[in-house]
Amino acid sequence: MNIRQYIPAGILVAVVVAFQLAVVLTGQDYLLTQLTMSAYYALVIIGLSVLMGYAGQISIGHAAFFAIGGYTAAVLTTGAFRLSPWLSLAVAVAITVVIAFLIGIPILKLKGHYLAMATLSFGVIVYRIVLGTGVFGEADGISDVPGFTLLPGLTVTGGAASRVENYYIAWFLVTLAIILLINLINSRVGRALRSIHGSEEAANAMGVNTAGYKLAIFVLSAVFAAVGGVFLTHYTGGIGPSEAGVMKSVRYVAIVAVGGMANIWGALVMGIVLNYLSLRGYFGTYDDIFFGAILIIIMLFYPDGILQRKTLDDLRSLARSLVARIRGRR
Amino acid sequence: MTFEHVLQYLLAGITIGSIYAIVAIGFNIIYNTTGIINFAQGEFLMVGAMTAVTFSRLVPLPLAIAIGIAVTVAVGVLIDFVFIRNLKKPTVLNMIIVTIGLSIIIREVALHVWDEKVRSLPYFTGDEISSINILGAYISPQALWVLGICATMVVLLNVFFKYSVMGRSMRACSANPVAARLCGINTKNMVTMSFVLSAAIGALAGCVMSPITQTQYDCGTSLAIKGFTVAILGGLGNSTGAIIGGLIVGILEEFSISVMPLAYKDAIAIAILLLIMFFRPSGLFGKQEVSALKEF
Repeated sequence: MNIRQYIPAGILVAVVVAFQLAVVLTGQDYLLTQLTMSAYYALVIIGLSVLMGYAGQISIGHAAFFAIGGYTAAVLTTGAFRLSPWLSLAVAVAITVVIAFLIGIPILKLKGHYLAMATLSFGVIVYRIVLGTGVFGEADGISDVPGFTLLPGLTVTGGAASRVENYYIAWFLVTLAIILLINLINSRVGRALRSIHGSEEAANAMGVNTAGYKLAIFVLSAVFAAVGGVFLTHYTGGIGPSEAGVMKSVRYVAIVAVGGMANIWGALVMGIVLNYLSLRGYFGTYDDIFFGAILIIIMLFYPDGILQRKTLDDLRSLARSLVARIRGRR
Repeated sequence: MTFEHVLQYLLAGITIGSIYAIVAIGFNIIYNTTGIINFAQGEFLMVGAMTAVTFSRLVPLPLAIAIGIAVTVAVGVLIDFVFIRNLKKPTVLNMIIVTIGLSIIIREVALHVWDEKVRSLPYFTGDEISSINILGAYISPQALWVLGICATMVVLLNVFFKYSVMGRSMRACSANPVAARLCGINTKNMVTMSFVLSAAIGALAGCVMSPITQTQYDCGTSLAIKGFTVAILGGLGNSTGAIIGGLIVGILEEFSISVMPLAYKDAIAIAILLLIMFFRPSGLFGKQEVSALKEF
């Protein structure tokens, strides 16, 4: 086992704890709510990042899996069913695995723009179904979803009283997911995925079961999205059709791209920053414009994603030139 | 279902299908010179129609439409000059992300300029209640305008790509950009030209459909999704495929209303498209090589 690969995960835990302490000490713990929500969205994004960056398969339909998870949890824990959230989580994951598996077999045979169109279509179909079906609350969505009691005294629910514990629940999940993905990437599976990204034909010729690996990662990333959906639905107490919208899926893909494709840390950071800014509503009605502008600026100046050494070097030289200028003035 | 009903659905399907076909051809033109899907294509229709609506109160309708097209073309040229040309690493994915960002920005700017109100151009001839009887089915004269203008655009585009020097140069770019450059074709200008053409036909289609479907700041997204599906169904880069694909999608949509609730209209048409894709992974008329490319 290679300890070094876990150093970033350790840093992540330290940052998460430090942020919580800082926020509570300065009395701004309301900020934790949006960070909790961003963390659940980040689950979708890091899953998608492995699918896109490592396996090289684009999916403009991941909001659909998020919605499948969220809606399954919402339907099963409210109204006529009122099942235990644990049971509904299991059902949500099972449904997601089955759907992702069945849709993945034919879809992943497609490539490039054709794959993009097929996954986009899948997203549109799911969106139309939740928008047009009575069980899913049509345009209103489903509200009054109860909290999810993980352990006695530990409940996934909104409300100011349980803010801190929910922040840790969400980030525990993200850290767990990251560690799982790091292990995956640095294993035989990860190498196989990279070979598929490089050249599928060559990988096939070397005896890599390309179809099997692509499908497995597709299902895994779908499950990540669904779990994010389940937890966020319990946390906010409801879900609406906009969560399944095509623009949500496009947003996830764009965040993975600006995070730097094969870079789960970049995806995580961009996912948290962009979702956090828009959830806090820093830019008001200009939120979407800001998002679009960030996409373009990053693609123009940092086409390989923002989180890499070059960004640091740029910052360093910027700081140096500033320092030089200030010294020069004296 | 009586014969009149079938004909009615068929005509409605062909009308909306020809709009999808024009959007898909817009996608194809840019795809052929750059290899990317321009996600802002739907916004071209919206900007064209919205500008024309604004100016139609001040100047005669044909002039307003001309202004709408001119403004949209300017937007298209701006997109290419400012963003696409300046990309440091113009990979397919990077260019697509840029067009996604641009489509979001154009949509939001439109929201701030034109607010959320649904607008529409006046009917070109007659008004919303005038209709023409065709073998027992009733169709708005505007639908004939849509069909006529779309058909004219397709014919003109075909002539342009087949016989003009510039059209041929653009085709050369799509066949092999390096060879085209070696022959002295300025491929970058051809990319600009493709944005001009797609913006122009998009704006005109947006104007001509506006009286029937009406225009809102966010109507571009759903049009782009439909146009993209149609372009893929027909085989990317293939204009004949785009027309046939557009008609198939339009007709499927209209007939699905007669058997399923209206809310599922899109879902059914798209589900059928997906099934077709599974059996013909390169689209109806697409080349095998194109669909085997993994651009990102």
